[in-house]
Amino acid sequence: MPVAGHVGVMSIQETRHRDCHSEVIRLDDAAVSLGGRTVWSHVDLTVRAGEFVAVLGPNGVGKSSLLKAILGLIPLTAGRAQVLGASPGTHNARIGYLPQRRAFDPSVRVRGVDIVRLGLDGTRWGVPLPAPLGGARARAARARVQEVIDLVGARDYARRPIGQCSGGEQQRLLIAQALVRRPELLLLDEPLDSLDVTSQAAISTLIRTVCQRDRVAVLLVAHDVNPILPALDKVIYLAHSGALTGAPEQVITAEMLTMLYGTPIDVLRDRAGRLVVVGQPDLPAGTVPPQIPASR
Amino acid sequence: MSWNLFEDLQQMLRFHFMLNALRAGIIVAVVAGAIGYVMVLRRESFAGHTLSVIGFPGAAGATWLGLGAMWGFFGFCIAGALVIAGLPGTRRAGGSGDVGGAGEQPAGVGTVQAFALACGFLFVSRYHGFLSGLNDLLFGTITGITDAQVLVLLAAGTLTLTALLLLGRPLMFATLDPEIAAASGVPVRLINSGYLVLLGIAAAGTSQVTGSLLVFALLVAPAAAATRFTARPAAGLSLSIGIALLITLAGETAAFFTPFPIGFWVTTFGFAAFLLASAYRAATDRFGQRWPSAPALSPAGGRR
Repeated sequence: MPVAGHVGVMSIQETRHRDCHSEVIRLDDAAVSLGGRTVWSHVDLTVRAGEFVAVLGPNGVGKSSLLKAILGLIPLTAGRAQVLGASPGTHNARIGYLPQRRAFDPSVRVRGVDIVRLGLDGTRWGVPLPAPLGGARARAARARVQEVIDLVGARDYARRPIGQCSGGEQQRLLIAQALVRRPELLLLDEPLDSLDVTSQAAISTLIRTVCQRDRVAVLLVAHDVNPILPALDKVIYLAHSGALTGAPEQVITAEMLTMLYGTPIDVLRDRAGRLVVVGQPDLPAGTVPPQIPASR
Repeated sequence: MSWNLFEDLQQMLRFHFMLNALRAGIIVAVVAGAIGYVMVLRRESFAGHTLSVIGFPGAAGATWLGLGAMWGFFGFCIAGALVIAGLPGTRRAGGSGDVGGAGEQPAGVGTVQAFALACGFLFVSRYHGFLSGLNDLLFGTITGITDAQVLVLLAAGTLTLTALLLLGRPLMFATLDPEIAAASGVPVRLINSGYLVLLGIAAAGTSQVTGSLLVFALLVAPAAAATRFTARPAAGLSLSIGIALLITLAGETAAFFTPFPIGFWVTTFGFAAFLLASAYRAATDRFGQRWPSAPALSPAGGRR
């Protein structure tokens, strides 16, 4: 699998111009509370088909809650949300979701290919017919599962018990599971966490490929923005009091990040024109309350 | 007892109680093997154990009140399943953490179990004529199964297996990855409760052959052995049923020809199967590359 290439600012702008109409996600003045505490409020957000969007922000600011609200798993306490043209939770079958990093226990003795298959038809009642009786539909299902396993490069270990796969291997299989139904929207919660550098590059290239080739909208919660920076169309910086949305080169500047995180952060540009964020953009929320500027 | 196997078996099958024991054993083994396989994947063994134990006060109470022990088993096991399903904190929806059988709430389940045992002994102490039956309730018997009981077991077994097959994929999804299953629209809470009820019915049925305390021999040993032999769900389920059938029939036969009780035999054979599977697993993990490398697979992943 090719490693993330030298994609400069040029190609970022090309992608952004490719598709400007179909809105996949739209949040208007949205707010979410958990246990009586407002996690975030006054959040406006628009994500269009084929857009690659990163969600940034300090720990505990509710980045995962944003994805769950989009899935309809937690209700909005204020504002309006539209996901794939309906209220959240209506079209979850058309959304691929990868929750925050979890690990299968080593004792789980079910193959990776079975886990991927659940993403395809795990919501259908009953059991699939045994191989010879399933006919064309069963063959198509198996072919699709194999195709997506090859796409994420998991062929070598997809038939191992998933509990015995490494964290990175499990992550690839879970991404395959999220992709297997050809979703129109991918919600990925820190998909690159706990992966080595090569896997990070390979996975972010894969996500970008899917995003561009199949016009899948991607909303990705990132802990470390560097591996995905070249692919980003848009950045959302989430804080308790609202969200700041903009093109990466607008939000990811030394001044902006330093102000948002309340700690010195540098943004450098390497020879190929790629941005690199240096600093400690991961203080717990509340240490220094980040203030969102009024203009969006 | 001669040493002619065929004649011995013929002799055994001439006893009506033995025929009933074998019929009940077959039904119970198929159900316990299938339900137990899912239980092991869900890592709800403790809940399964508790449901088996809950059958004991049910049976003791029903006998005390002059009803059949069978109704006590089924009534208490199903009620117990609903109580465990309703315990707060069982499988928090949307909670993160380990996936793959994200399990149960040991403290709450354990409390239910202790209370159930205490009730059982209360009922036994109220009903004095009962002492001879206590061993049978706890450790099983092959002599006591009536024609009517076989019919009830058959009905309950058919119902349980049908429900298990209907739940099928969503049950597996909710078992292996509840968070993504819930996001995909699987009614995870409902399925968890539904599965616990099936587990309760299976435990109640199995209790009548192996006794309350040894239900586990059939619920857990075959399934645990099967998961060590294969990681394919369909093969694992079939293997679990096969092992359960084998150890039940062998256990009943051994109990017939020896002075030792059925519970002992079934448990011993189950333990042997588990040891064998563990040895096989250890050996293949250590010596053999069991996982075929990529080129050895058919291109479309035809092997399932």
